[in-house]
Amino acid sequence: MELNSRVPSGPLDKKWSNHRFANKLVNPANRRKYSVIVVGTGLAGASASATLAEQGYQVKTFCIQDSPRRAHSIAAQGGINAAKNYQNDGDSIHRLFYDTIKGGDFRAREANVYRLAEISNQIIDQCVAQGVPFAREYGGTLANRSFGGAQVSRTFYARGQTGQQLLLGAYGALSRQIRSGRVQMFARREMMDVVVVDGRARGITVRNIMTGEIESHAADAVILATGGYGNVYFLSTNAMASNVTAAWRAHKRGAGFANPSFVQIHPTCIPVHGDYQSKLTLMSESLRNDGRVWVPKNKDDKRRPADIPESDRDYYLENKYPSFGNLVPRDVASRNAKEQCDQGKGVGTTGLAVYLDFADAIKRDGRETIWKKYGNLFQMYEKITASDPMAEPMMIYPAVHYTMGGLWVDYDLMTTIPGLFAIGECNFSDHGANRLGASALMQGLADGYFIIATSVAHYLGTSKFEKVSEHEGSFIDSRRWVEDRIARILRNSVGGTAGKCTVDEIHKELGRLMWDNCGMARNRQGLEAALAELPRIRETFWNRVYLPGSNKEINQSLERAGRVADFLEFADVMIRDALAREESCGCHLREESQTEENEAKRDDANYSHVSVWEHRGEGEEPLMHKEPLVFEFVTPTQRSYK
Amino acid sequence: MDMSSINLTLKIWRQANSDALGGLETYNLDGIHTDMSFLEMLDVLNEKLTKEGKDPVAFDHDCREGICGMCGAVVNGVAHGPEKETTLCQLHMRHFKSGDTLVIEPFRSRAFPVRKDLLVDRSALDRIIQAGGYVSVNTGGAPDANGLPIASQQAELAMDAAACIGCGACVASCPNGAAMLFTSAKISQLALLPQGQVERKQRALAMVAQMDVEGFGNCTNARECEAVCPKGISIRNIARLNREYLKAVLSEG
Repeated sequence: MELNSRVPSGPLDKKWSNHRFANKLVNPANRRKYSVIVVGTGLAGASASATLAEQGYQVKTFCIQDSPRRAHSIAAQGGINAAKNYQNDGDSIHRLFYDTIKGGDFRAREANVYRLAEISNQIIDQCVAQGVPFAREYGGTLANRSFGGAQVSRTFYARGQTGQQLLLGAYGALSRQIRSGRVQMFARREMMDVVVVDGRARGITVRNIMTGEIESHAADAVILATGGYGNVYFLSTNAMASNVTAAWRAHKRGAGFANPSFVQIHPTCIPVHGDYQSKLTLMSESLRNDGRVWVPKNKDDKRRPADIPESDRDYYLENKYPSFGNLVPRDVASRNAKEQCDQGKGVGTTGLAVYLDFADAIKRDGRETIWKKYGNLFQMYEKITASDPMAEPMMIYPAVHYTMGGLWVDYDLMTTIPGLFAIGECNFSDHGANRLGASALMQGLADGYFIIATSVAHYLGTSKFEKVSEHEGSFIDSRRWVEDRIARILRNSVGGTAGKCTVDEIHKELGRLMWDNCGMARNRQGLEAALAELPRIRETFWNRVYLPGSNKEINQSLERAGRVADFLEFADVMIRDALAREESCGCHLREESQTEENEAKRDDANYSHVSVWEHRGEGEEPLMHKEPLVFEFVTPTQRSYK
Repeated sequence: MDMSSINLTLKIWRQANSDALGGLETYNLDGIHTDMSFLEMLDVLNEKLTKEGKDPVAFDHDCREGICGMCGAVVNGVAHGPEKETTLCQLHMRHFKSGDTLVIEPFRSRAFPVRKDLLVDRSALDRIIQAGGYVSVNTGGAPDANGLPIASQQAELAMDAAACIGCGACVASCPNGAAMLFTSAKISQLALLPQGQVERKQRALAMVAQMDVEGFGNCTNARECEAVCPKGISIRNIARLNREYLKAVLSEG
């Protein structure tokens, strides 16, 4: 597997413009002769589909939900970063770049991150032009707030529904192209395979969720915008249908998978409260702007929070990190919450929660101001927990949220399969070992609106394409492979339910194994034990899972089973990746590698690289390759938020 | 959190596919934790049915945090159930009592054909947006975002309308099967903002025309839509839609 990052030469702030000039173009009149497939309609997929169609390509877009408007980007609450420096508080493109690369604990590519910071300003302009109703100051200018890991106010927001509003903007642009006929939209399709012809991605195989039909779709290039794999843990803040299948099938067809163990555990989520629970709900990080995080100083203090006097409270983030306080990056906040709970200071019925308290903010700013800022989040919290954050502190605990790992891509966002691109959360590109808040929306839209069209033009402009037919060769093979696999999943359902188990039972077992051993803190012993345990769970799945219904109808159990089958394979490479990285960095805390103050201790001499995994066939151990990370413009330092 | 549990009788609409005849089936479900969400209660039922070798109830859902708009069913005659401004996934079982009977049906409307059980086809709403629910700007070349000041109050009003999640509860609860609240939310958002002015008339005409093509009815101010809307979208938006439409028709002559 060859890893050529194709990072352009030249000074950091000229790389992107040099690259755009060096890349080949496709003449506007010729673009209609090319077809491009986009899988996924979140921020990355919807914006890419719209932009490519506007430029004249024929686009076929696929989504798993009933409408492209429902992709999980919609759930992002807090905001989107940009280096506008509208607040005149010292921000710049270089500072956003530096904060992002430092926040990622120096495990991302400099050139990619700089480009992201550079494009961030155009995104805000574009979204405003579309009519996205961002929050405004009374004078009519755009409002900003601050987010974790930054000391400037650069986050643009639309109440607590920023993801929704940005996605509806992109969905509007996509809808306009559907109306014009330049995008053909296929909803309720699940991608099952990438079709590779002569070493290049030339199409996909999908399952029509409404009929069970397996369909082939050919094109000249394929773009995956299929999101992250947080649901490998069963419980996460992801939507129920978020899965690894598309990325995993691409991996099995030859796409390298980068840093699969890099998973962001978000610090402010509603704690787990029962084994019937289907998902965890995130409370926006923006709450940490005004909420103070604390636990009782003494273990097993069972008093109600209001009855615990100031002197018996430990505002541990403010005490430990005076300069960033409650606004430390997510990985630091999460790890510290776990540490407090491990010491027995956790609160709530399970002891796995800490307080996020607004009492001081309400005293300082008044009820109305705080309600205006966070009212919709408070309502959401109250609906779930029946407790009012205006009256008593919220209880929060970290939960799996975002995956920094993903398909390896070069500077053009192309995977190791020529013609197969990956954008948004499903690639690994910009966040290193930890993503800063309000940067996911920025990356999704940067990739989709402003980067991918340049990459696609270059690829199409430098390649010659033979016509491929959906009725022959690799397309038939791929369909047959998908059909066989579905038949195998359904095999156990013959002969009743005795001795069988359900898909969810197996998914929950996998989730517990991953959370316990490959979650917020990892060590060799636990990871090795988990790796040894995986084959047993996989075997249970293939020999005992019972699925009602057939493949020729709407069958939601079958949909889930297919995804769980892939999570069970994927978990293996995740654990291997966590084992191989014997340093701590960002989200990845190897207990063997900590500073004296229990902070993550990086090992730049040995691990300043992206780990990229190659699939070598069923039953074979995957092979790890390294893309060295070279820092020309910043000097990696031990992160400090004190 | 209250850890008590309740026993329920469920009467759920079962229908194999669009062509099949459907009907209500009765299920008894015991030991439901009151901290569960409504959809988690359905998960428990489906696990039980699966273990009995029966077909689980099909229902649409995704984010389970009240924002994607994918879930929804009519519970005892009310779209999304009894709690105000709450999607089905955010409705919790603590709002029900042990011994309650819950009748659970799909979002019904002529323009929303039932595909299976509680799962319906709402693609008509997408086609209304495709008709003009956007500002026609291509990617690139947008002027600086602060070059276009917008009064905070105006932005807030636009945001009130933009909060629509496209779940279709408004359609399901309207005696006329109208999609006026949905359509008016998008028309209002863009009519209230300077970015939407250029296409203002064309947008109102095209979206209303598409609404009619899809077979949605018209508004007679029954206000059922507003009562069930999980995002609290006001029917003032429908009044605005009517004004926008009239102005467009009269000036287009």
